[in-house]
Amino acid sequence: MSRLAATFEALSKTGRKALIPFITAGDPRPGFTLPMMHAMVEAGVDIIELGVPFSDPMVDGPVIQRASERALEHKMSLRRTLAIAAEFRKTNQHTPVVLMGYVNPIEAMGYEDFANAAQRAEIDGVLTVDLPPEEAEECVALLKARDIDPIFLLAPNSSDERIKKMDTAGSGYIYYVSLKGVTGAGHLNTADVEAKLNRIRANTRLPVAIGFGVKDAQTAKTVAGLGDGVVIGSALISKIEANLDEPERAKNEIVELLVAMRQAMDN
Amino acid sequence: MTEKYNMPDERGHFGPYGGMFVGETLIPPIQELNAAYQQYLNDPEFIAELDADLKYYVGRPSPLYHAERWSRELGGAQIYLKREDLNHTGAHKINNTIGQALLAKRMGKTRIIAETGAGQHGVATATVAARLGLECVVYMGAVDVARQSLNVYRMKLLGAKVVAVESGSKTLKDALNEALRDWVTNVDNTFYIIGTVAGPHPYPAMVRDFQAIIGREARQQCLDQAGRLPDALVACVGGGSNAIGLFYPFIDDRSVKMIGVEAAGDGIETGRHSAPLCAGRPGVLHGNRTYLMEDDDGEIIETHSISAGLDYPGVGPEHAWLKDTGRAEYVNITDNEALEGFHSLTRMEGIIPALESSHAMAYTMKLAPTMSKDDIIIVCLSGRGDKDMQTMAQREGIEL
Repeated sequence: MSRLAATFEALSKTGRKALIPFITAGDPRPGFTLPMMHAMVEAGVDIIELGVPFSDPMVDGPVIQRASERALEHKMSLRRTLAIAAEFRKTNQHTPVVLMGYVNPIEAMGYEDFANAAQRAEIDGVLTVDLPPEEAEECVALLKARDIDPIFLLAPNSSDERIKKMDTAGSGYIYYVSLKGVTGAGHLNTADVEAKLNRIRANTRLPVAIGFGVKDAQTAKTVAGLGDGVVIGSALISKIEANLDEPERAKNEIVELLVAMRQAMDN
Repeated sequence: MTEKYNMPDERGHFGPYGGMFVGETLIPPIQELNAAYQQYLNDPEFIAELDADLKYYVGRPSPLYHAERWSRELGGAQIYLKREDLNHTGAHKINNTIGQALLAKRMGKTRIIAETGAGQHGVATATVAARLGLECVVYMGAVDVARQSLNVYRMKLLGAKVVAVESGSKTLKDALNEALRDWVTNVDNTFYIIGTVAGPHPYPAMVRDFQAIIGREARQQCLDQAGRLPDALVACVGGGSNAIGLFYPFIDDRSVKMIGVEAAGDGIETGRHSAPLCAGRPGVLHGNRTYLMEDDDGEIIETHSISAGLDYPGVGPEHAWLKDTGRAEYVNITDNEALEGFHSLTRMEGIIPALESSHAMAYTMKLAPTMSKDDIIIVCLSGRGDKDMQTMAQREGIEL
């Protein structure tokens, strides 16, 4: 069983939901990421989404865009992100790590070389935001052959047909983008999310993690009541951005927020 | 290749290029757009409305002008200019915005967004939005806003909101990113008019089809005026919409050479250029696979060209395919060479070309003397140079 499947199975046995933080590798500088990952595990997260910085992050809002720019200033790259993940795995064997990014850095490395490198780094899932299933056949086959879960997005305007497509192409979990827009935008409409989740559940048995618009412990709790996992990204990165000269303080504030979310979600 | 050219396939692929590389939220609107486009492409009523607009509003057909003096001076092939500079708003861009805006109206969209580099596409979009009474927002890199302030003012006069994009390199690619973000957020009422043959399927094919009027007219005009097909076509390539518009109707005419001219900026060897077909490699950006300017890690690198309209790190996927199959050839021209082309055409023919088009002129100056006096070159004069007066004056140390 994959590390992701095992994680969701263990959670569902205790009736808990997955807390999934997203941070951009190398933001605000490369040395910050690895200790931050371990600290997030201690704060009670279940899965880590590690963002691979890209020069043209079309789907991301300004907060994650700036995180990418800061990371790229320090020459962060797909290769170096994989190296951080491999380092993390040396001392943590149980927390799944999902790479999240855009397809071009993977194209530049070559699909097969990337799949091999991800396997060596013991990456558990790969979420490529601009690689829909129609274009992903080659990449998906290479990942699945190495027991790496290809993770796909669903949006509020995705049809039942597309949900079925993600169910076939994807594994690990489905990432439900809870609002039309970029990362970090707007506010969640709980009733809308709930209605859509019913459509998704009717068409896939994969766990559903919900992201885009989760800002605090309260929204995390609400969202946890609807899906199998909660993804939080921009709200964490905002802490980094607010404390660029004091990374230690950023780390503490992130841990504090995650602990609060964990408690709110579990109670 | 004896079969008739028939690209792209139904999923928008030109061989390995093109496709639909977008986030999930954009899949439904793109499918909706594609369905509408396929429907109206063959709808006689839509075609009739488009043709009437092109004739009475844009001023088509644009002339094919035999530049006799310039041809004589260069001492080789006869040069014919396809005068897209004479269109309403001064460039080829309006051929496409007219078509997409009519489509937006048919689809019931009330809001139009666009990206722009030099501002020509932004102006052409603001123009059709004004005419149809649609809300219009144009995204433009902050660097381009500064160097094309005249076009910014034109767009504002036309009622468009111009958003200066401060992210990344603050040029055309970043304007495209920002327009895509807007579209993701406002998919329900918004139509995104992409200005070039890039973006996800169906944009590369759709923009090509709207721009192909350039080549259809030029082909017929050449037959009428010179009694035969040309020997070579020359057009500048940024995203490549004027070039594909000229080339496409000639693709099955195997005797006609097609030459796309990229911007070499300070020179290919300096790395400061915008020539992905000449010096880049395949990758994925803005919804399609094509040749890109990128580093070893797949990060897009900054481009440079004196002309804002060519300052883009990618190129339409069909050009990538035409390059790989050898059907078209891609060359490059530096900033300084483009300026020579600019001055030469201006002084010889009394026509001031846009800096983008000046790249095609500069290459023609190299090509024509190598050909015989009986040979024919058609060059796409994609836009007029009025918008570049500030840039030119500044470059030559003149205060306006």
